[in-house]
Amino acid sequence: MNLASPVQTAGGGRASAYFKRLMWPLIVLAALLIVNIAVTGFDFIVPSVHDGRLGGAFVNILRRSAPLLLIALGMTLVIATKGIDLSVGAVYAIGAAIACQYILNGDQSALGVVVTAVTLALAIAALIGAWNGAMVAYFGVQPIVATLILMIAGRGIAQLITGGQIPSVADDSPFVSIGRGAIATVPVPIIIGVAVFAALVLLTRTTALGMLLESVGGNPEASRLAGIRAKGITVLAYLIAGICAGLAGIIGAANLGSADANNGGLWIELDAILAVVIGGTTLLGGRFFLVGTTIGVAIIGTLEVTIINVGLSSQWQFTAKAIVVFIVAMLQSPEFRAWILRPFRTGRPGRTPAAHDPEKAPAK
Amino acid sequence: MLKKTLAGIATGALLLGAAACGGGDDEGGGGSDGLVVGFAQVGAESAWRTANSDSVRDSADADDRIADLQFVDAQQQQEKQIEAIRNFITQKVDVIVLAPVVETGWTDVLTDAEQAGIPVILADRGIEEADEDLYVTRIGSDFVEEGRKAGTWTVEEFAENETTGILQLEGTVGSAPANDREAGFFEILDGEDFSYELVDSQSGDFTAEGGKAVMETFISTHGLEDIDLLYAHNDEMGLGAIQAIEEAGYEPGTDIQIIIVDGSKAGFQAGVDGKLNYIVECNPVFGDQLMDLVVQVADGADVEKFTPVVEDAFGVDEFEAELPNRQF
Repeated sequence: MNLASPVQTAGGGRASAYFKRLMWPLIVLAALLIVNIAVTGFDFIVPSVHDGRLGGAFVNILRRSAPLLLIALGMTLVIATKGIDLSVGAVYAIGAAIACQYILNGDQSALGVVVTAVTLALAIAALIGAWNGAMVAYFGVQPIVATLILMIAGRGIAQLITGGQIPSVADDSPFVSIGRGAIATVPVPIIIGVAVFAALVLLTRTTALGMLLESVGGNPEASRLAGIRAKGITVLAYLIAGICAGLAGIIGAANLGSADANNGGLWIELDAILAVVIGGTTLLGGRFFLVGTTIGVAIIGTLEVTIINVGLSSQWQFTAKAIVVFIVAMLQSPEFRAWILRPFRTGRPGRTPAAHDPEKAPAK
Repeated sequence: MLKKTLAGIATGALLLGAAACGGGDDEGGGGSDGLVVGFAQVGAESAWRTANSDSVRDSADADDRIADLQFVDAQQQQEKQIEAIRNFITQKVDVIVLAPVVETGWTDVLTDAEQAGIPVILADRGIEEADEDLYVTRIGSDFVEEGRKAGTWTVEEFAENETTGILQLEGTVGSAPANDREAGFFEILDGEDFSYELVDSQSGDFTAEGGKAVMETFISTHGLEDIDLLYAHNDEMGLGAIQAIEEAGYEPGTDIQIIIVDGSKAGFQAGVDGKLNYIVECNPVFGDQLMDLVVQVADGADVEKFTPVVEDAFGVDEFEAELPNRQF
């Protein structure tokens, strides 16, 4: 079994395992970038500054991917505990709805109102995450069921908050700069994405939390017997996922200046799961790769632009995505790689049909 | 709004109760003063839909010929609509109005309605062709005609251009409004002797988020120098695209002309602000027209299979005057 067990977490082995996991997603990302550069020229990758904000195609992709990145990072932690969180899209909508609605009811241009709105939205998102985690950890509800409840009900809740309308925040409110602004020319969503990424990496890799998460996901019962408070860890993972989803909703709403309870972050949970899997974290729990997830998000974001740049019609959107995901999934499978490379490895003289191999193998 | 939602839930609960009791009550049904109408609405998923619900309710209230409108909000679930229709049948309403959530799966319940002798009118959306005999008429927007209006304006506006560069923001792939608005638009452009180039066309999924993201990519890929016109299949996408255009340092409405379909308050406001150039209306306020149709159908009059909603289109000069009239 290649699936890393918590035992082999020694420095060197870990680094090379890391690289192996990340190599294939990186190759796919590079290929996508090359395709785009070939079609649209180097302008694609070279950032330009406009209105004091970095722009250009690739920077725009990163900026637009920030909400998906946040959600995918949260999802990575949840998946590490052998769970899954389907409610993140709904929490995205709830976070966006709370923030926008609160600002609309107050003084739109007041910084204090905006700060309170964002804090309130994040607090409720955290609460929802903790609720999900508690259902999974303490009441033994299967993660897919526990979070499915809010996936279905969440958008209804968001609609109740917005009164079925799409609340729009004025363009001069400080709120919109969370989505559109820039600090030292770097767009704010990118800054938030990097900050959350750094915080989670520090939290999971410099403290024992990462190891605890992996051991809980690897074997909850053994972890409990080893004295790890598995339930608390699980709740924490869902809570972080909730906050990330709420924050993503805030960025999305700030970008548009409005909160669409029905369509905001629609199906983002599936893209997030996809990004996590592309990034090398398996749905079985245990080892997780925050860097891999980030690359996965970049692949998904770049892919959407590639479809337009290459000139594929909109009917191709889903098919093209499926093809790329298929390629990444296949590349990551050691069995598939071995199967593909087999004719080259056996060498010319001993070239035997594949069907004979299983018989030969035991003889050796 | 909360009150309205609660009222909706209460109505649902009442209906459920009625079903549970076996519908023994003998109320409703061909009463002497006025018709009883059951309306299974999709939900409250958009401002357009809310305006539509309000319009139908208001018109029913104001109309003497209608005794009662049983309004059911199906929260975008077909099961709830089917349940609502079964309740309407049990209650022996005079006419059933259905705004179907999806196109398929209506054969059984609509056959039941037919056997009970209750005529069915579809509102807004259609159902699959195999079930065409199961309803009397469909009242709704003529999406192809909406596309044609946008096309006609384009042909006139850019008549003097040598060639016109066009970007299109499509609605959700495969949806009827997206297909038809595209078809109607290009039917006019191709029909007239008009030189144009469709520089790019992608789906923005009818959302502001999608419209903005796709427009950003359009701008970074094609630039706006050779683009004269943006045609957005709804106003959410158009409004998103306007943000993208502004953030890229261009002036929407001037550097690039913009047509949107729908005509919400937000859309008209953008028009008043000079950010777009033509609005094709997709009118949700067809309550009065629907009530007339209900009465005709209840009287057994012959009606066309499709009843287009009266819809308009607005140019730059008309935005300001029209803005206060917008219902959604």
